[in-house]
Amino acid sequence: MDKSSLINLTYLVSAVLFILALKGMTHPRTAVQGNLSGALGMLLAIGATFVDPQTFEYAWIVVGLVLGSILGAVLAVRVQMIAMPQMVALLNGFGGGASMLVAGAELFKASPPATAEAVAMVASGLIGTVTFTGSLVAFAKLQEICFSKPLAFQGQQAANALLAAAALGFGAVVVANPEYGWAYLAVVVLASVLGVLLVAPIGGADMPVVIALLNSYSGLAAAATGFVLGNSVLIIAGSLVGASGVILTQIMCKAMNRSLTNVLFGRMQAALAGSPADDVYGGRVKSATADDIAILFESARRVVIVPGYGLAVAQAQHAVRELAGLLEARGTEVEYAIHPVAGRMPGHMNVLLAEADVPYEKLKEMDEINPSFAETDVALVIGANDVVNPLARTDPKSPIAGMPILNVDQARTVVVIKRSLSPGFAGIPNPLFAMDNTLMYFADGKKAVLDLAAAVKSL
Amino acid sequence: MLQTTSYITLLAQAAPVTGGATRLSLVAGLTIFVLAIFVGFEIIRKIPPTLHTPLMSGSNAISGITVVGAMLAAGADLPWFGTLLGTVAVVLAMINVVGGFLVTHRMLQMFRRKD
Repeated sequence: MDKSSLINLTYLVSAVLFILALKGMTHPRTAVQGNLSGALGMLLAIGATFVDPQTFEYAWIVVGLVLGSILGAVLAVRVQMIAMPQMVALLNGFGGGASMLVAGAELFKASPPATAEAVAMVASGLIGTVTFTGSLVAFAKLQEICFSKPLAFQGQQAANALLAAAALGFGAVVVANPEYGWAYLAVVVLASVLGVLLVAPIGGADMPVVIALLNSYSGLAAAATGFVLGNSVLIIAGSLVGASGVILTQIMCKAMNRSLTNVLFGRMQAALAGSPADDVYGGRVKSATADDIAILFESARRVVIVPGYGLAVAQAQHAVRELAGLLEARGTEVEYAIHPVAGRMPGHMNVLLAEADVPYEKLKEMDEINPSFAETDVALVIGANDVVNPLARTDPKSPIAGMPILNVDQARTVVVIKRSLSPGFAGIPNPLFAMDNTLMYFADGKKAVLDLAAAVKSL
Repeated sequence: MLQTTSYITLLAQAAPVTGGATRLSLVAGLTIFVLAIFVGFEIIRKIPPTLHTPLMSGSNAISGITVVGAMLAAGADLPWFGTLLGTVAVVLAMINVVGGFLVTHRMLQMFRRKD
C-alpha cells in the first residue's frame, strides 16, 4: 500500500476514534475510556501528519508541539473546577485562532488556491477570528478582568451588520484574487472587532449560551479549515464539534426560555416589570435558625437539595455533601435537583458536586425530579433564585414567564439559604420566599450549611 | 445507503497529491461534512446533562484537530511569515488538544463510582 493511502486510512481510524469518544460520553461509566480513545485518535492523526511527505521542515513543528503541550498541560492541571467555563472559553478561542492562522498560511503557498478553497479560506478566517476574539471577551467577562458589565451602545446591531457585510466584501475580494493577502488581513481585522462586539453586550447569566455557541463555532472553523486543505479528518472532527455546540446551545436556550436571537441581540426586560419587592414580601417572610431547620430534618423522610450558583461561589459543595451524609445516616433520602443553568456552563454544577464526591446517581435533572417535589418533605434551596421562582409558571407578564423551573414550592416545606432578599439575574422579587411553607435562613451559604450540619449532629 | 455509495465514488475521484494525504474534492468534502453532522447530532443528543461540561472540554480537544493543518503549514516550504503563522497555529491547537483531553480526564475521574 502506498504512503498516501496509509495516511488517509490512519485519518479514518482517528475519525472513528473521535466518534467513539463522543459515544463514550453517553454514560459516566464509559466516559473515561471514551476520552482516552479520543486522545488516541488525536495521537494517530498527529503521527500520520508527521510522516506526510509534503512536510519539508520539522523543526518548527516540533517546537510548536512541545510548547503547546506544555502550556496545555499546565492549564489543565492548574485550573479549578469553578473556573471551568473560563478554561473552555479560552480553549474555544485557541481553536478558532489556530483555524484562522492555518487558513492564512495557505496564502503563502506557491500555487494560488482554487475558488472553492478560497471560499473555505474566507469562512475559516471569518469564523475562526470571531471565535477567537469573542472567546477572549467571554473569558475576560467570566474571569472578571474586564467587560464585566454588558457593553451596549446605540446602533450596535447596525454596526455589527456593517462589519459583517464589510468582512464578507473583502472575503469576496480574496475569492476573486487569492493572491491579495491584504484582503484576507482585512477580513481578519473586521472579524476581530465583530467578535468583540458580538459578545461584549451579553450578560453574565447568558454565558452558558455564549460558551456553547462559541464551542460550536470552533468546530465549524476546524471543518472550514478541513475544506481549505481538502482533509477528511478535519472535516469530520470539526462537524462533530459543531453539532455538539449547536445541541448544547439549544438546550441552554430552552432552559432559559429565550430564543438564540434574544440572547445574542435582545436584552432582559427591565426589572421594573412585575410587582415591587415590598408588595411581595411585606411582613410575610419567615426567618429561621439552624436549630429550627434541624428539627424539620429530624422528621423528614425525603430531602431535595437545590444548589444554585451561589453555593458554588461560597464553595459550600463539600459542606453540603457532609450535611447530606448526616441526613442519610439518619435514614433520610437525599437527592439533588440540578437546573440546566445552575452553573456558568452546561453541566457545570454537576462537575462541582462530583468534585465534592457527591455520587452522580443522586444528581437529578429538572424533568426527572420535578414530579417528586410533592412527595418531598424538605426542599433545601442554596444560593438559587430565578430557577425556583414560581412566577415563571403563574405570571404570564413576568420577564421569566414560561421559563422551566424547579417546582420546589410544591414541597411540604421549603428552606432557602440566602444572604438577603436581593433579586437574581432577572431582577424580580421571588414570591417563593414569602410563601406559608417557606423558611428563610439568611446567611452565607457555606457558614449556613456548616451550622445546619452541626445542628443535625447535636439532635 | 445511497449516500454511502456516492461517498465512496467521490472519494475514488479525489485526486491524490504527490505522496501525501489525498486531497478531497469539494463535493466529497461536503458529503463527509453533512454525514458527520448527522452522526454528531445522533450521538450527542444521548449524552446526559451530567456530562455536558466534560463533553464541551472533550469536544474542544477534538476540535484541536486543526493541529493537522497547522503542522502541514508549519512544515511546508513557505516564506518565513507563513511558517510563523503555521507554528503559532500548532501551539494554539496543541494547547487545545493537550489541555482539553487532560482537563476532561480530570473531570471524568470525579464521576467514577466511589466504592
